[in-house]
Amino acid sequence: MSPRSSAIERLASPRPRPVEVLAWLLPALAFFLVPDNLALGVSIMTYAVAVLALDLVLGYAGIVSLGHAAFFGVGAYTAGLLAVQGWKEPLTGMLLAGAVSLALGFLASFLVVRGKDLTRLMVTLGIGLVVYELANRLSSVTGGMDGLSGFEIGPIFGVFSFDLYGRTAWWYVYGVLILVFVLLRLVVSSPFGLSLRAIREGVSRMPALGASVDHRLRTAFTLSAGVTGIAGGLLAQTTQFVGIDSLSVGRSADFLVMLVLGGTGRLYGALIGTTVFMIAHDYLADMNPVYWEFWMGLLLMAVVLFARGGVVGAGRRLLQTVKTKFARAAP
Amino acid sequence: MRADTSILSADASIALSTERLTKVWGSFIANSDIDFRLPVGARHALIGPNGAGKTTFINMLTGVLAPTSGRVFIGGEDVTADHQERRVRKGIARTFQINNLFPGLTVLDSVLLAILERKNLAENWFRPLKSHMAEIEEAMDLITDLGLEAQAGVEVKTLAYGKQRLMEIALALASRPRILLLDEPAAGIPAGESSEVFSVIARLPSDVSILFIEHDMDLVRRFSQRITVLVGGKVLTEGAPEEIMVDPRVREVYLGESAHG
Amino acid sequence: MASNILGILFDGLAYGSLLFLIGVGLSITMGLMNFINLAHGTFAMAGGYISASLSQKSGMPFLATLPVAFVGAGLFGLVAERLLFRRLYKAPHLDQVLFTFGFVLSSIAAAHYFFGAGQQMGVMPSFLQGQIRVYGIDLGRYRLLLIAFVGLITLALHLILSKTRFGAQVRAAVDNQDAAAGLGINVGLIFSLCFALGTGLAGLGGALGIEVLGLDPGFPLKYMVYFLLVVVVGGAGTIRGPLIAAMILGVFDVAGKYYVPQAGAFIIYVLMIVLLLAFPTGLGGKRA
Repeated sequence: MSPRSSAIERLASPRPRPVEVLAWLLPALAFFLVPDNLALGVSIMTYAVAVLALDLVLGYAGIVSLGHAAFFGVGAYTAGLLAVQGWKEPLTGMLLAGAVSLALGFLASFLVVRGKDLTRLMVTLGIGLVVYELANRLSSVTGGMDGLSGFEIGPIFGVFSFDLYGRTAWWYVYGVLILVFVLLRLVVSSPFGLSLRAIREGVSRMPALGASVDHRLRTAFTLSAGVTGIAGGLLAQTTQFVGIDSLSVGRSADFLVMLVLGGTGRLYGALIGTTVFMIAHDYLADMNPVYWEFWMGLLLMAVVLFARGGVVGAGRRLLQTVKTKFARAAP
Repeated sequence: MRADTSILSADASIALSTERLTKVWGSFIANSDIDFRLPVGARHALIGPNGAGKTTFINMLTGVLAPTSGRVFIGGEDVTADHQERRVRKGIARTFQINNLFPGLTVLDSVLLAILERKNLAENWFRPLKSHMAEIEEAMDLITDLGLEAQAGVEVKTLAYGKQRLMEIALALASRPRILLLDEPAAGIPAGESSEVFSVIARLPSDVSILFIEHDMDLVRRFSQRITVLVGGKVLTEGAPEEIMVDPRVREVYLGESAHG
Repeated sequence: MASNILGILFDGLAYGSLLFLIGVGLSITMGLMNFINLAHGTFAMAGGYISASLSQKSGMPFLATLPVAFVGAGLFGLVAERLLFRRLYKAPHLDQVLFTFGFVLSSIAAAHYFFGAGQQMGVMPSFLQGQIRVYGIDLGRYRLLLIAFVGLITLALHLILSKTRFGAQVRAAVDNQDAAAGLGINVGLIFSLCFALGTGLAGLGGALGIEVLGLDPGFPLKYMVYFLLVVVVGGAGTIRGPLIAAMILGVFDVAGKYYVPQAGAFIIYVLMIVLLLAFPTGLGGKRA
């Protein structure tokens, strides 16, 4: 292949390769192979939606957000409160959850784009803390520390009712995850997605190209907040409970850890990181939570020092090494 | 059109001009009352010892820095109040003395982005990058022009330093400027290899007006039609290369110094 | 009413003094290396536990434990800097955030393991308990000590930075690292010493503040926002900025909790966002 066509080949593309299509069948396989632990699958896929959204701002645009749980929790409360008020239809409930978070994200984005890294980090953290405190104070609406429960969700398309085993929930979340992934894949392989990566790589050059950086970042942040809200809505609908910890800084940190564990700026990192994190968490559930925190902290430090790029990055490096070895062995 | 637009800046043959342009930081005067004209199609060199205020001047022309006083005109239009992005859209582009690129993007990604920005397509988020064939072709042509074709698919940070300097020029050219400001385009490149950069510049269309900062007097003599000498933030003199080369004042402050160094 | 306000102001200043004492080291190290460190509270916590353990288990007088807390936390900081943080100075901010956050998580769990989940009690000597009446205002003796202590330390820091050779080197390094290195200043060593001094002061603050801030394993996370805020609002790399920021925060937090207790931490978080937006580069930031 000429350098010209191979360079064009390397441009980001939304078109799935065959191996990707196969990979997306894995969760479906898990549905049939591990039918007694569907709840775990549902929560992995729910969080994966949120972590994908975080990857857009962090992995692509390079904004470190420590406040994404605000959008997650607001989405969850929106869907939960709608159901409490009798709005039981799940799809519109989920979309409304996304819309409310999107609106909040739009407002927040004006604050976030001001200042540099550290200021941004603090502002996102501050937004998260303010929303948490608000929910805590408005306990007559949100249920405060007790959370929101005792609501029911209607059947999907008016046909498929949520069942005790989580079968319907599983297919519901799986479908939404695929749609969200396709949407984000489209975004990151568009000119807009390229400009986000450019902002991450060299923000100081952008004005010299005639680009307005703040507007792009606001758009990315708003979109990310909306998708995170959808994830929150899914959580509320599939568990029929909203706890105040869905808004906590700890939850924001979890998202961050999942993403970094899998690898930033490549979408699949978000999926793999979330899966690894959630399965480990489930497996070690009997462990004293304090020790879980200890290992989590150690793991974070280790990833930063030794495994930049997370699981996906390490996998790529391994693949690269194997390829060059083979190339040397058979010249 | 403003009534008080000066006669010199309304001249259609002038691409870029300044009027008493001044930049002061505290008690330090970086640029003082600079009146400057860049004719359409010019190949104009800006020289002067280190700290003479050359980069400050370029930064005020492009809108990176706001002047303390004075005005900047592009083709007769007062752009002093315009920020950087808007001036780029009015036809001014620049390169940076210290590489200011996108290290993690590929060569093609970078140039393509610059073209998409020029065409106002970069905010488009639903049409895939790969379907912008016209822009991709244009990017590949520019990359080929600059001799970077073999590296089109590699990340900019892996390029050799000299190639990265060419990327500086590629990004500026991608915005199809009428006025091109080059801040030491060959900075850091070994003397023998810098002509590669300048041969690219020499091939640019003749209607592009170029102002470049350069320390190598040999290159300045070969590629400029006119030279402005900046010393201590002020214009010492301006003239054709053969005049400047023999000007005793210039020899004293500038050539004398570089002969020692 | 007036005495009430003055009382709150006094408590706020005492609280702010503690925030400053802990935050000032963070300001200097962040200013020096542009290193985002979320783990500063861990060193304050370490000082607190050193002091509490010594006074509870070996009956050491409270005041005598303070120098030990200072030295212990400083040594801990020095070791952590040399072994770990040093590797991240050139890394992207995201890596610094993640690494130091991981450090916080692990340190919380470690504190939990060694000292249990409960609140630690300081053993205050009797002469620090109770209050003194000055012009009709009751001033807590312990808080008076806090303010006096921090006043002295601020003065000492100021003198060190402005009068000593070490101080001149620090100022040069904060101003322009490369130029300082060019002058033959060992920037790496300067930074290690600043880090040790800063974490030592944090440890001292953690020990002094047991009565006001409390001490449990969650300490580094609970106060992380406050310490960072002192630095971000005050501006990294200075002393005066963080001092002002700490006092504003202290007074607002105490006043908020007194007048509108139902708002909880809400006020301080809103204040934080407002201050950050009003002063994106800090009150006394070096970057224009």
